[in-house]
Amino acid sequence: MPLAPETLLARLQDTLGDQIVKATLALGEVTLEVRAENWIEVCRQLRDDPGLRFDLLIDLCGMDYSAYKDQPWDGPRFAVVIHLLSVVKNHRVRVRAFCADDDLPLIASLVDVWPAVNWFEREAFDMYGIVFDGHPDLRRILTDYGFIGHPFRKDFPLSGHVEMRYDPELKRVVYQPVTVEPRVVTPRIVREDTYGDSGRG
Amino acid sequence: MADIRNYTINFGPQHPAAHGVLRLVLELDGEVIERADPHIGLLHRGTEKLAEHKTFLQCVPYMDRLDYMSMMQNEHAYCMAIEKLLQLPVPERAQYIRVMFDEITRILNHLLWLGTHALDVGAMTVFLYAFREREDLMDVYEAVTGARVHAAYYRPGGVYRDLPDAMPQYSAQHTRNAATMASMNANRQGSVLDFIDDFTQRFPGYVDDYETLLTDNRIWKQRTVGIGVLDPDRAKALGCTGPMLRGSGIVWDLRKMQPYSAYEHMDFEIPVGRTGDCYDRYLVRMEEMRQSNRIIKQCVDWLRKHPGPVITDNHKVAPPSREGMRTNMEELIHHFKLFTEGMHVPEGEAYAAVEHSKGEFGVYLVSDGANKPYRLKLRAPGFSHLAAMDELSRGHMIADAVAIIGTLDIVFGDIDR
Repeated sequence: MPLAPETLLARLQDTLGDQIVKATLALGEVTLEVRAENWIEVCRQLRDDPGLRFDLLIDLCGMDYSAYKDQPWDGPRFAVVIHLLSVVKNHRVRVRAFCADDDLPLIASLVDVWPAVNWFEREAFDMYGIVFDGHPDLRRILTDYGFIGHPFRKDFPLSGHVEMRYDPELKRVVYQPVTVEPRVVTPRIVREDTYGDSGRG
Repeated sequence: MADIRNYTINFGPQHPAAHGVLRLVLELDGEVIERADPHIGLLHRGTEKLAEHKTFLQCVPYMDRLDYMSMMQNEHAYCMAIEKLLQLPVPERAQYIRVMFDEITRILNHLLWLGTHALDVGAMTVFLYAFREREDLMDVYEAVTGARVHAAYYRPGGVYRDLPDAMPQYSAQHTRNAATMASMNANRQGSVLDFIDDFTQRFPGYVDDYETLLTDNRIWKQRTVGIGVLDPDRAKALGCTGPMLRGSGIVWDLRKMQPYSAYEHMDFEIPVGRTGDCYDRYLVRMEEMRQSNRIIKQCVDWLRKHPGPVITDNHKVAPPSREGMRTNMEELIHHFKLFTEGMHVPEGEAYAAVEHSKGEFGVYLVSDGANKPYRLKLRAPGFSHLAAMDELSRGHMIADAVAIIGTLDIVFGDIDR
């Protein structure tokens, strides 16, 4: 059975000390927040420390907090979240680091720590425009060749900016501004905490 | 000294062995691969972005369309993430139904993998056999959910409905006589569980047939033994999970190590390989099918004895019964609110992972308390595996690239998302 999350959290706090900005334990999952400056050192420790041994990088993803709760977001907009798994010790952790600059979100690449991160970083770069310093091959991965913009940012429209069609006169495929009208079938709603409580009317 | 030229060839995206829309740029030195650069994204539909604009319930069918060879397992991870955030208990019967369908799905996936992998490598017959068995299992899917592939059967809080009491039968046709019809419908006389039970008894024999065709086959061994060898440390470093990791000899299976649903009550074994080549991964997957069959049998036995609810009675998450809606105002309102506004998931973040047919499929769900996910990140096992393609194929012959793509068991629905 996996290690109790409380024990893991204590062990992480012992090992990483003040490199942890914030540590939370919720729903049986441990989340650490670290500074982008010591991203690589923290990750190396997570991988090599004999009590932690996070040998498998499960996932790395970008985050854009700018529309959180439909309110102005206070703090850096972009974050990188990794999910780690220790196959040897059987426990998991989530680590998050915010990128300081909203206009050029930059963070060190973890390719030397876990080679598996290569494509995940390319994906985060493609989708959010987060630049991974030291990545050997930071190309777009999922979007089209020559794509402009970062589609998973909250200010990128769902229907995109351009669409592609075959032009019979030019006898080739052309790009044109998107003709789809954006529409919302179900609006997004954030309710107040007490909404729907019985006895409150 | 002969003049040797290096070639760069473009493999796919329209190539039968590319298993979908893989464009692979191969740099060759003669017939030896020097570098493989997979270009992916040709099936990118932006599921994660779409999910941010759909309610939690509307996202369920998108999950089927990720890895469209193991539909219900994707739904399972997604529902588990929501249930974790809601801290919602799932009825026990629903847990067993989920386990049973996860394993049916695993067999479906592995059968397709086996058929196409063998076809790529040159064995035609296995494909025909594998698809014959897939047909039976897809009939089960259809009987239970109404759809043969994109089921949308798992819902947050349980499963959509209980297993039906009758298995649909073939209807009479003028091209078939009464005796043929009777034999075709022989195992469809009882309930769906009876049909599944009958399948579990037949299936080990079928796996023996596939093994007769392949396991000791000289050509099959020549094409797979020693090809794409992955040593255990490298497998972990490259982020491999599932059969790719087990093929390299690491005993790791989420169903055992971090059991979810009803897996802790199941009796099964984890097959592991020794050398980490294509042949070992083939053997691992073959044994996994046998073990899945055992799990299905245990679920059938349990489900026969334990009737009960299959979805939560929390009407903020699951709709009330049709009868209730017609007679009770409260339930009508619940139904209306659930299907117009949707459920609100408390603020927080959760990661839920299942042992998918291909590896670890994870859903990282961030909710800000709205009726739609704030961020949904899907961790697809095939993504990491295809990223390892370059390293696996380096130094191999060009014909081996096909065997390696086959052994990775990639499906573009989940790689491109």
